[in-house]
Amino acid sequence: MLTLECPYCGVKAEETELQAGGEAHLKRYGPGASDEEFEGYLFMRKNPKGVHFERWRHAYGCGKWFLAARCTATLEVFGTYPAQSTQPPVDLQAKIKAKRPNWEGYK
Amino acid sequence: MSTRLSKGGRLIDRSKPLSFTFNGRRMQGYAGDTLASALLGADQMLVGRSFKYHRPRGIIASGAEEPNALVGLGEGGKFEPNQRTTTTELFDGAVTASQNHWPSLEFDVGAINNKLGRFLPGGFYYKTFMYPRFAWKHVFEPIIRQSAGLGKAPTARDEDHYEYAYAFADVVVAGGGIAGLTAALAAAKAGKRVWLMEQTADWGGRAVVDAIEIDGKPAEDWVAETVAALSAMDNVTLRTRTMASGLFDHGYIMGYERVADHTPGDGRPRHRLWRIRAGHVITATGAIERSLSFAGNDIPGVMLASAVRDYVVNWAVSPGDRTVIVTNNDDAYRTALALLDAGLVVPTVIDARAEAKGALPEAVRARGVRVLAGHGIAKVKGGKRVTGVSVCIQEGEGAEIEAIACDAVAMSGGWSPVVHLWSHCGGKLIWDADRAMFRPDPNRPATGDDGAAMVTAVGSANGHLTADEVLTDAHKAAGGEGKAPAAAIEAEAPMMPVWIMPQGAGPALRMKMWLDPQNDVKVSDVQLAAREGYESVEHTKRYTTLGMATDQGKMSNINGLAILSDALHRPIPETGTTTFRPPYTPISIGAIAGEARGDIFQPLRRTPMHGWHETHGAHWEPVGLWRRPYCFLRTGEGVHDAVNREIRSVRNAVGLLDASTLGKIIVKGPDAGKFLDMLYTNMMSTLPVGKCRYGLMCSENGFLSDDGVVVRLSEDTWLCHTTTGGADRIHGWMEDWLQCEWWDWKVYTANVTEQYAQVAIAGPNARKLLEKLGGMDLSKEAIPFMEWREGTLGGFRARVHRISFSGELSFEVAVPASEGRAFWDALLAAGEEFGVAPYGTEAMHIMRAEKGFIMIGDETDGTVIPQDLNLQWAISKKKADYLGKRAQERSHMASPDRWKLVGLETLDGSVIPDGAYAVAEGVNANGQRNMQGRVTSTYYSPTLNKGIAMGLVKHGPDRMGEVIDFPVDDGKVVKARIVDPVFFDKDGEKQNV
Amino acid sequence: MSKAVSALGGASHKGFAEVAEAGLRGMITVRGDLSSAAMKKAVKAAAGTAVPAARRIEIAGDKATAWMSPDELLVMVPYEAAQDTVAALEKALAGEHHLVADVSDARSVFTIQGAKAPEVLMKLCPVDFGTLAEGEIRRTRAAQVAAAFWKSGAEEFTLVSFRSVAGYVMGLLEVSSRAGGEIFPA
Repeated sequence: MLTLECPYCGVKAEETELQAGGEAHLKRYGPGASDEEFEGYLFMRKNPKGVHFERWRHAYGCGKWFLAARCTATLEVFGTYPAQSTQPPVDLQAKIKAKRPNWEGYK
Repeated sequence: MSTRLSKGGRLIDRSKPLSFTFNGRRMQGYAGDTLASALLGADQMLVGRSFKYHRPRGIIASGAEEPNALVGLGEGGKFEPNQRTTTTELFDGAVTASQNHWPSLEFDVGAINNKLGRFLPGGFYYKTFMYPRFAWKHVFEPIIRQSAGLGKAPTARDEDHYEYAYAFADVVVAGGGIAGLTAALAAAKAGKRVWLMEQTADWGGRAVVDAIEIDGKPAEDWVAETVAALSAMDNVTLRTRTMASGLFDHGYIMGYERVADHTPGDGRPRHRLWRIRAGHVITATGAIERSLSFAGNDIPGVMLASAVRDYVVNWAVSPGDRTVIVTNNDDAYRTALALLDAGLVVPTVIDARAEAKGALPEAVRARGVRVLAGHGIAKVKGGKRVTGVSVCIQEGEGAEIEAIACDAVAMSGGWSPVVHLWSHCGGKLIWDADRAMFRPDPNRPATGDDGAAMVTAVGSANGHLTADEVLTDAHKAAGGEGKAPAAAIEAEAPMMPVWIMPQGAGPALRMKMWLDPQNDVKVSDVQLAAREGYESVEHTKRYTTLGMATDQGKMSNINGLAILSDALHRPIPETGTTTFRPPYTPISIGAIAGEARGDIFQPLRRTPMHGWHETHGAHWEPVGLWRRPYCFLRTGEGVHDAVNREIRSVRNAVGLLDASTLGKIIVKGPDAGKFLDMLYTNMMSTLPVGKCRYGLMCSENGFLSDDGVVVRLSEDTWLCHTTTGGADRIHGWMEDWLQCEWWDWKVYTANVTEQYAQVAIAGPNARKLLEKLGGMDLSKEAIPFMEWREGTLGGFRARVHRISFSGELSFEVAVPASEGRAFWDALLAAGEEFGVAPYGTEAMHIMRAEKGFIMIGDETDGTVIPQDLNLQWAISKKKADYLGKRAQERSHMASPDRWKLVGLETLDGSVIPDGAYAVAEGVNANGQRNMQGRVTSTYYSPTLNKGIAMGLVKHGPDRMGEVIDFPVDDGKVVKARIVDPVFFDKDGEKQNV
Repeated sequence: MSKAVSALGGASHKGFAEVAEAGLRGMITVRGDLSSAAMKKAVKAAAGTAVPAARRIEIAGDKATAWMSPDELLVMVPYEAAQDTVAALEKALAGEHHLVADVSDARSVFTIQGAKAPEVLMKLCPVDFGTLAEGEIRRTRAAQVAAAFWKSGAEEFTLVSFRSVAGYVMGLLEVSSRAGGEIFPA
């Protein structure tokens, strides 16, 4: 069972206090989007063995959504950061790259 | 005979005799005994029967690895099957019974299987029960069910109680032997918060039995001093009777504390499940001795050498007067010395190694005991008890060289580190050829959230089998300062792997060499599996059931792997091990449930009026975690009658519905209108203050997700009502969009669902009732339909909404939850003269169906879009965007062939079964009958005195008047006419008065 | 006679710790910019406390203010004072983007008293009591429901849950404080 530190309140919460929200940094497509764009937004999800960015909500705590960078294979947590981010913080990306030299990078 | 010795026994208190029964026979043991030591002390070597052949089974081990000695313990609400006697402490009055035999332990009819042994080889189940197919259900399954399982499942409710506890530590040490104690002390001295747990009631592990010296003191004294030192430290928590049952992600380790198993009835929780978060885990879980595979090694009286030593030293129990020792290592000689010290006879030590010249063998020789090196046991003689052994050359095929009379055999095939905890979360093993064992690979540990190792194995769990190595390893691994404790030990000669005895044994002997004595898996079964093509150890395990018994093969899995590797002509590490999974030994279901049973099995949400409902005949319906009255039963009334009565009272007089469970979410801010326009399919920003509007919410998939009435409270504030089940979900949904997508929008939300008790007052007399309470002008002019007002009603602070889900004149009134019950009481009192009656959810459902109102969860199932329900009127055409809009433009969603909502009226007035499908002509690609619709809601309408239904039908709205077929049970077909879904008061005259 | 009643009417149980429903308490959710001057002033006026830092609760006599999230506070006052406090907060925050909601009737308040009070909560909440700071409010779960608690006295914790699950929470507390259930018996 995972533990993740909520970047808003600093509590290192266990998974039972959290709600998982799937892949992070999705771009919403609405009316006017092509079928391909909309399909990608609605259905296409990454499922990497390795570095992954996810949405989590501190549901039993401060109620805030945050994002986590995590290795799906080893469950190593590289860091958590606020949901109001359009991409992972640059220093976090650098940290991941240092730990996973073969990582292809964010997007 | 096994017996209690007159002297000794470091764990027993002879001044405290305890009595217990085994199969009804009264026996006596002492405080400090385990059930196993007490049984052996009372000469009860035969304790059960094996799973398949019903062979007699005796106690083999003295701890968690015991495969055989399981009993049913206790009676009635305290009965629990499959209790391992070697790990169960004796208590006064214990009632125990052997398992898996009929009619009696001594005489078991099922033992006929033993004679049929050669017809029941490995994979027997798979081979036999295949054909004919019909036989599975009618012949094989009943027979297997009858004979399956060891113990019987309890039938009474568990009388005990259980609980969880959460703990946090920098370092958690599993195992309270000298390795664990050393590691804990080293970590504690370094200032770490330390948790140390030991599965038995006593500290010290093997070292205290073997009476080694540590730092110049007897191990027992060293252990006592170390425990005292740890106890005195504030940063250390010590727990005995607590097993580390499993290790999980991010240092999550489970501790199973048997708080009161040994003191039943003292009011304490029986078990406590510790959920511990560890910064680092040190597994000091020791090692388990392996059995040797020789013919007849399952006969009661054949025991592990270490267990024999434990019984003599710890509990002063002699397994037999004459014990032959058979070994492939030096350690087993300690058993010979312990037996000799206790005044018992060791006729011979049979050592498979070509020579036995270490310090320990020499010490045994010096006591006048013959040591037969290069020899083995060809077979054990005896049936329900060992009577002797037949000695052979280990290198040979098993010809008897001599026979030795004895009543016990102590065997040692070497030691296997307990690597379970290490492995649970992904720690890998390496094969140590010198010591013939799998041990933790320090380079491939399980890793934690920081990517670093989260587990370290120390001591014999790490493959170190001598005390000096154990202490050094544990001290160092835990970051100990200065010198490690030192042990004085005799040098030991290397062990020699012996996988079968003798090595050239033929089929007849191999068929009597047990690997798994509980599941009856023998050397010959594993060899057969290999011949039949099972190469993977995981497949062989399942095919033969090796290691699948309740002991999970702790004692002999390695032997099985070695046999398999040999049969496949490949090295052991290539074969590998099966996966180690938690729990280490079985834990009680009660402990897993914790406090969650009975009234607090799960949270029950109660409205402020719940207590009234409870005392007024509420027939409950679970709705999420709430329980809502389905109807209120009056004396002598059936459910159906009550529902019909309630509907009539609403339609003709006035009814009260407890609607407190409806979700209520405040949405406020300069951008709240814009936000709600995105959330709802219709326009909420234009809703005037003081008014209410019905709204629909869709997921981004376009599917209808929730509905409810939205209230404009003020210029920048809306109150959104959701369905009962949707309150938390929709609030979460709102926050998700606000936090993660439109975080620059100025909107705040608050879920105030529970702040208000809400009551629907519905029926022709509704206004009269509320006017009697007084305080507000509730006339049609003052509060028109779909508007709301705030004020005081009968002294209650109230928000009154004129909305109707029943089609009647209806007010929904919200008051503070704390006053909800008083308000309900006031409504009932005031309404008496108007014929008021509370009504439940079923009456509500039927009345809304009579009006053709949809219900989330009935008309919707996660695949239905608002357009399917003819709700286009609630979808804004003006809006450029709302959640779900793009999806509703997808070709399949926009197809005219989608099934759409219609009313359904049976030709004979009957009620169509819920979920019935309407058939169409022809068959589909799978040869199945084509479908053209299904029933979504169906009820008997007491208002219309006939069955009414709603359903989704292909092209439905264009087919009014058409009759379609709904095949139902027993080949019958219900014919129904497609009609308008509004069955009652089509013009809404009743609600708009 | 007051019409307002708490969910359990002040029920209590005495085991190795005493657990009780503490009755009604005025509770007001305040959302807004916690760093703004208006907020500081509003909170000071309403509860007599400073705006608490993250995860902190500021207590002033029978009033208190607790940090709930980066943009949410819970102002606690006597139950009878709730409506006036709501009005005062609304007034003080007028012109600011904010939300004030009376949630007094949506909550239940419990006290857990005794030298071993933490042991009751240790059975229910995945919280490290060894590192729980003085003056910290912890939002978490108690078994299967949301809860928040803080140390409200030398040997007392106060726990807040939703009102609808008051019976469940009391069941949890009662079972977890049963005599004989001490985790660390003396």
